[in-house]
Amino acid sequence: MNSKSVAPVLAVVAIAMLPAVGAYPIFIMKIMCYALFACAFNLLLGYAGLLSFGHAAFLGAAAYATGHALAVWELPTLAGLMFGTCVAAAMGLVMGVVAIRRSGIYFAMITLAMAQMAFFYFLQAPFTHGEDGLQGIPRGQILGLDLSNDLNLYYLVMVIFCIGYAVCWRTINSPFGQVLKAIRENESRAVSLGYEVDRYKLLCFIISATLAGLAGATKSLVFVSATLSDATWQMSGMVILMTLIGGLGTFTGPVVGAIIVVLLENKVGQFGRFLSHLTGVQWFQLLGESVTIVIGLIFIFCVMAFRRGIVGEISHRLNKT
Amino acid sequence: MCRSLFLLFESIPIFMAEVFYIPIHALLAQLLLGLVNGSFYAMLSLGLAIIFGLLNIINFSHGALYMVGAFAAWMGLQYLGISYWLMLIIAPVIVGLFGILLERLLIRHLYKLDHLYGLLLTFGVTLLVEGIFRSLYGVSGKPYPTPDALQGAADLGFMYLPIYRGWVIAASISVCLITWFIVEKTSLGALLRAGTENPKLVEAFGVNVPLVVSLTYGFGVALAGFAGVLAAPIMQVSPLMGSNLIIVVFAVVVIGGMGSIMGSILTGLGLGVIEGLTKVFWPQASNTVVFVIMIIVLLLRPAGLFGKEK
Repeated sequence: MNSKSVAPVLAVVAIAMLPAVGAYPIFIMKIMCYALFACAFNLLLGYAGLLSFGHAAFLGAAAYATGHALAVWELPTLAGLMFGTCVAAAMGLVMGVVAIRRSGIYFAMITLAMAQMAFFYFLQAPFTHGEDGLQGIPRGQILGLDLSNDLNLYYLVMVIFCIGYAVCWRTINSPFGQVLKAIRENESRAVSLGYEVDRYKLLCFIISATLAGLAGATKSLVFVSATLSDATWQMSGMVILMTLIGGLGTFTGPVVGAIIVVLLENKVGQFGRFLSHLTGVQWFQLLGESVTIVIGLIFIFCVMAFRRGIVGEISHRLNKT
Repeated sequence: MCRSLFLLFESIPIFMAEVFYIPIHALLAQLLLGLVNGSFYAMLSLGLAIIFGLLNIINFSHGALYMVGAFAAWMGLQYLGISYWLMLIIAPVIVGLFGILLERLLIRHLYKLDHLYGLLLTFGVTLLVEGIFRSLYGVSGKPYPTPDALQGAADLGFMYLPIYRGWVIAASISVCLITWFIVEKTSLGALLRAGTENPKLVEAFGVNVPLVVSLTYGFGVALAGFAGVLAAPIMQVSPLMGSNLIIVVFAVVVIGGMGSIMGSILTGLGLGVIEGLTKVFWPQASNTVVFVIMIIVLLLRPAGLFGKEK
């Protein structure tokens, strides 16, 4: 066994051990869902150079579809997850066909607009229950394991995450992935070499949408709910931030970014109270309510001064020495 | 235009008329509302197009700066008692200065990079600005009184025109036309257009291009600030008012293509009207109709109605 195959095995073992050492399973599951979401997004931006500003639509659509399939149609859990993922894939196909007709900045605006369209649909469609969202989605069972037990669900989510992550890895490290990188670096040259660039972009978009959908479907199972906030443009912005913090076009970056953003969301209030206690400045008390300000500042900082992201910066430093 | 539409609908055969006659007043009212919304789309997409032309970035914070314009008007009245008319000038200046600061401090350093970073940066600025106003004022809307001179409605014979709405349409179309005139017909505009075509060459002629860029950005966002003040009395002044609008404006920009000033104005107004009419016939679709049109345009004419294929 060489060192390259040891790292993933160690990582899986470490994730499997986390609940045993006292980590709160729901929290880790949340991180895994967002990490998968960010990896899916990174596949598109980091490797094909396409900035989608509408990835929340896939997350939200899959969450609603899975929730509806499990709660109303009473499908088995696995079928519900697959249904949600397929819905996201189909949406990816439709959105992709339209969006790849333009590139660059237009691509971003088109995906944003189409995701907003999906958002309005979710807002009005009766099956999503509008502002309330779907609540109390049954988790069901799988292979006789009762998933209402958080720990059982934890291992299911872990398996899903590993599968999704492996799909990402396989996509990137394949001839297909190489062509994507070629398109990112120099599209006209890829065209002149005879690659049908649009097909590659579309397929990449669909894979990315499918994995984002898988993340959304899993998320609905973890939180037993599917709400509008999953489909908002703020969520699309969030996934961009995760990828940016971790490192665009790096394989582990999105996971690191997801961990940081989820931690930030959950702990920024505590951190604010701590700062306020430390400095005596009352305003820090409000930090928890103004997560948006903090996220906006980090966004600006990352774009201005930290474009490689954490993982990108580390590997850059390592390569230099 | 309203009258001719009215006549058009009157001549529609009886079976159609039954559908159309009942909401005829609603139709005109929605048409007017559509024109009002269209004026905002026109002003905002115009600003975006001018900025994109010279800076090559899409200014995501346009919506947030529109909100800042509306809040400036509200704060001016609330805390300092500054009238609507004065704020109509002061607020765009404030927003414009803020824009110039933003360009000088942050955006300037990104020109050499992929244009996507400009979008991401201004997205971050949007979150920051919205977050600040949210933590100060919450998310609920603040009412802003219609100025005395513009209250009431005028009887046009076939419908009542609320004067303020008429004013919004007139004011914004005038501002759009003035902008068009400046850009297309004056020497200052010629400089701007030359800078859009080839900034290096213009700089070689001794023009201070970085200054032109700053001023252009400032002017573009000042338009958004002006739109914000106009919007204050008819839309609720709230920290979220800009972000919902900007996404529709993005779709408008994609439909129109950012190649021409007049194109942005016409697309903005036209889509506002279409959206208003959709509200009469199929209210549920009124939120999404602009996006649907965007998809159709992209499939038929990817460069947009007024854009040029590269």
